[in-house]
Amino acid sequence: MSIRGRAYVAGIYEHPTRKAPEKSLAQLHAESARGALLDAGLTFADVDGYFCAGDAPGALQMVEYLGLKLRHLDSTEAGGASYLLHVGHAAQAIAAGKCSVALITLAGRPRSEGVATGTTPRIYNLASPDVQFEAPFGATVVNLYAMSAMRHMHEYGTTGEQLAWIKVAASHHAQHNPNAMLRDVVTVEDVVGSPVIADPLHRLDCCVISDGGGAIVVVDPAIARSLKRPLVKVIGAAEAVKHSWGGDVALTWSAAAISGPAAFAEAGVKPSDIKYASIYDSFTITTLIQIEDLGFCAKGEGGRFVSDGNLISGVGRLPFNTDGGGLCNNHPANRGGLTKAIEAVRQLRGEAHPAVQVRNCDLAIANGIGGSALGNRHASATLILERE
Amino acid sequence: MNGVSREILAPTPNPETAAFWSAAGEGRLALRYCRSCGRHHHYPRAICPLCMSDATEWRAAAGGGRIHAWSVMRRAPVPYAVAYVELDEGPLMLTNIVNCDLDALRIGQRVTLAFQRFEGGALPVFEPAPEQAAEGADRS
Repeated sequence: MSIRGRAYVAGIYEHPTRKAPEKSLAQLHAESARGALLDAGLTFADVDGYFCAGDAPGALQMVEYLGLKLRHLDSTEAGGASYLLHVGHAAQAIAAGKCSVALITLAGRPRSEGVATGTTPRIYNLASPDVQFEAPFGATVVNLYAMSAMRHMHEYGTTGEQLAWIKVAASHHAQHNPNAMLRDVVTVEDVVGSPVIADPLHRLDCCVISDGGGAIVVVDPAIARSLKRPLVKVIGAAEAVKHSWGGDVALTWSAAAISGPAAFAEAGVKPSDIKYASIYDSFTITTLIQIEDLGFCAKGEGGRFVSDGNLISGVGRLPFNTDGGGLCNNHPANRGGLTKAIEAVRQLRGEAHPAVQVRNCDLAIANGIGGSALGNRHASATLILERE
Repeated sequence: MNGVSREILAPTPNPETAAFWSAAGEGRLALRYCRSCGRHHHYPRAICPLCMSDATEWRAAAGGGRIHAWSVMRRAPVPYAVAYVELDEGPLMLTNIVNCDLDALRIGQRVTLAFQRFEGGALPVFEPAPEQAAEGADRS
């Protein structure tokens, strides 16, 4: 059974805050949920399926806080990819008749809490079997991703200047987003001239750290048609997990090489059909590797593909992250997956900022990567959406 | 090269890994070897993740390897190098490169086992192999 065409994204909301010391975590989830339901023209009473991940203060806790009456609950945790994966799971649940209005929420306050997100080891659970073989060596999010960049440069001749183009494109888009954390347009020279955080990644190769949240409402076709919103249909969704295979570590490709082709096959479309792409951008290298793995260019060609403005809306062949992405706009709770789906839906509705809106945007992809890093455990979730 | 070392977050051994850390404290790198499929894996597990056999045992690594990828953490009180080292036994191991010029690390560089002590134990890390200069550093 395919989920193709069995569910629609009816509501989206990106919380406008980027720093919220005055709000609680549950409150940020609830404000996001309310925003997405209002966008859809629905209420808490209509929700019968709820989806959240590790950023939530607990799935049951959020259901109680929101006052939901459910018949379907899914708290699958896959890092920043979770929410794109949840859209796929919601479509499955709706197709199977297990729920008809699915609410997905994300929120977090790493900025207010002063979390050193990328530069110190983050330990969620001491019993996790990997921790003692990573944290004592000072492995962090940024230096693990940096090793993917280092290896990609070694194998394919990718350069820091090519990676910088990804940030440059994001900044061109962010200048039009009043909520974006970083609205200044930057140049390749700005990026490679910014301080090195972990070789070869510079400060401007790294995403922002922001408080905030967001929510998505996925509904069955009958409800979608009853609402006064543009029809955005889920036509392909896939997930995959890649890890360190007992030491057979591969740094230059991601689980998107598995989830991408599966989602394209389900959707019955190919990369060259895509009008707009939301691509996870925790670091510039994260985006480059996904672009290759999703099939927008051959493996090793990503550096050339992203150069010279090819990702800038109105300029290049693959407009990406037109909200400014995680690199410039928002990376709420250190998890960029949900905002990827939101900007894809805005593009398909024609509700992106006019300066970045892709003309005749009827087919979009959103890809998320979550977990540790590309050489060890991580998930990729690919979502393909179509305007009906 | 400098003599200052970074502050090490001590590992928290469990019953499955205590032997790894006690070996490290005594100057050995203990690898998990599967008698069924004949392969080493890392990090160490009781059940072989490559073939599901429970016939696994500890074997001391010979101590040689090659840098597969590295990164120097510059935004730290004491800059340090993380690396994936391809062990001569096969697996890639996440580790540190120490006693080295942080600006002269190269992919393909031969490295040899070393230990970095912390309160109550030691980390198995690597340093440039002494014969490195003679060996042709451009191999990878």
